[in-house]
Amino acid sequence: MSDEPLLRVKNLTKYYGSRLGCADVNFELYPGEVLAIVGESGSGKTTLLNTLSANLEPTSGEALYRMRDESWRNIYELSEAERRFLTRTDWGFVHQNPADGLRMTVSAGANVGERLMAVGDRHYGKIRDTALDWLGRVEIAADRIDDQPRSFSGGMRQRLQIARNLVTGPRLVFMDEPTGGLDVSVQARLLDLLRQLVGELGLSAIVVTHDLAVARLLSHRMMVMKDGHVIEAGLTDRVLDDPREPYTQLLVSSILQV
Amino acid sequence: MNAVANYNFAYLDEQTKRMIRRAILKAVAIPGYQVPFSSREMPMPYGWGTGGVQVTASIIGPDDVLKVIDQGADDTTNAVSIRAFFAKVAQVQTTTHTAEATIIQTRHRIPERKLEAGQILVYQVPIPEPLRFLEPRETETRKMHALEEYGLMHVKLYEDIARHGRIATTYAYPVKVEGRYVMDPSPTPKFDNPKMHRSEALQLFGAGREHRIYAVPPHTDVVSLDFEDHPFEIQHFEHPCALCGAEQVYLDEVILDDRGGHMYVCSDTDHCEERREAGHVGVLGMQEAAE
Repeated sequence: MSDEPLLRVKNLTKYYGSRLGCADVNFELYPGEVLAIVGESGSGKTTLLNTLSANLEPTSGEALYRMRDESWRNIYELSEAERRFLTRTDWGFVHQNPADGLRMTVSAGANVGERLMAVGDRHYGKIRDTALDWLGRVEIAADRIDDQPRSFSGGMRQRLQIARNLVTGPRLVFMDEPTGGLDVSVQARLLDLLRQLVGELGLSAIVVTHDLAVARLLSHRMMVMKDGHVIEAGLTDRVLDDPREPYTQLLVSSILQV
Repeated sequence: MNAVANYNFAYLDEQTKRMIRRAILKAVAIPGYQVPFSSREMPMPYGWGTGGVQVTASIIGPDDVLKVIDQGADDTTNAVSIRAFFAKVAQVQTTTHTAEATIIQTRHRIPERKLEAGQILVYQVPIPEPLRFLEPRETETRKMHALEEYGLMHVKLYEDIARHGRIATTYAYPVKVEGRYVMDPSPTPKFDNPKMHRSEALQLFGAGREHRIYAVPPHTDVVSLDFEDHPFEIQHFEHPCALCGAEQVYLDEVILDDRGGHMYVCSDTDHCEERREAGHVGVLGMQEAAE
């Protein structure tokens, strides 16, 4: 991890009209660090993630991002062209439902290759080789490269979505409940894979989840949200083993022990 | 006064023509950009070339000579009815000869004879948006055009190669105009794409149902999209035209009987006729002469 953060979020607030989405969120994210945002549904996790990933305009506050050229830019003040370029090269977004993040009607290879072609890659053979390499890394058999994702299982789709996002070597990946719709054994495998990829590539990630086990496995730090506010933040192990806020204590103690 | 006098010259009223001409001027100024216009109901169904007819009606003058082709042919229903339409409402001279025409309205072909400065080619376009089947949201495709995000177009070509081993798109093959806008050249065969490149003639595209006009001014770069290792290629035909013996032209397959007999003939009927008049004969053309 380097000494300089990748993302600095200051007083980020999002209102939907008069209704609060999230308020006064402050944090810094360092390269290679995984931050989990946990909380019950309706607590503002997804609003915060969508605002951070520039899908939503905040009501107030700013998010400064250290670009590849080391300049600091407020992501809400980028031009639309710059923002779209950033989101498809230096960022990734893994949706809970893979159908939202994939093109379901084109082959797996084209799904992985799309970002490469978007940044100007025009050599079919090279694009295909890269796609094959990435399918291998997310444990999808090479002979499925020309199949459409609609013929894939839920777990495979999610892995394909991850490959599609990581192919341009992003530095920051947003994940919204990446293991949400999967059964437990597939979840475990996906988490393993994610942890390995994040470690290998030195990615920073912001993961929204309501599953504390996911946070425990993946993240270095976590923020607990309630009613749009961050009520507790700290190292994941510290927050989970020694929760300070009554709500966090309740959350941690409500995990079923089998 | 006869019944025809009830119509304004070339059917459309002058204000409508003015509106369409403004759209055309804008389209010419921004090659390949789809300009919205207020498309009118025309006395023919959508899909029969209402866009092309409106463009032609707006640019045609009493001195113009009009040629209309449908899939290269002057004698098919669509071509005959549109030609008759303008002969009636604009009393213009019509022709089937490419060289004589000042305006050529076309559905899906560019004439084989090289077009010259001063000629205008008007295309009938069913779907002007090249990204439509990849990205159905119009708001999104407009944004993609505005920001020059055309990676998706290559996803389509990638899919072709992955499935068929080569770029299997044979018509409506996407082109980049003057290094900026990606454009659908309407469902012309990709055989005709190279003819659009730096053409001396003005090319206008009208999509009536979709309310869009776009244009390629003369001497404009029109480059077909491709991959470095799968370059753009046009169709090749193994045999020359069976009637006139022409090579390097676009051929149609014509079924002759119910025992698998068929022949390939020029899709451009005017080109074929002119060649035969000049004495060129193909394999079946000889038999025809002998019978």
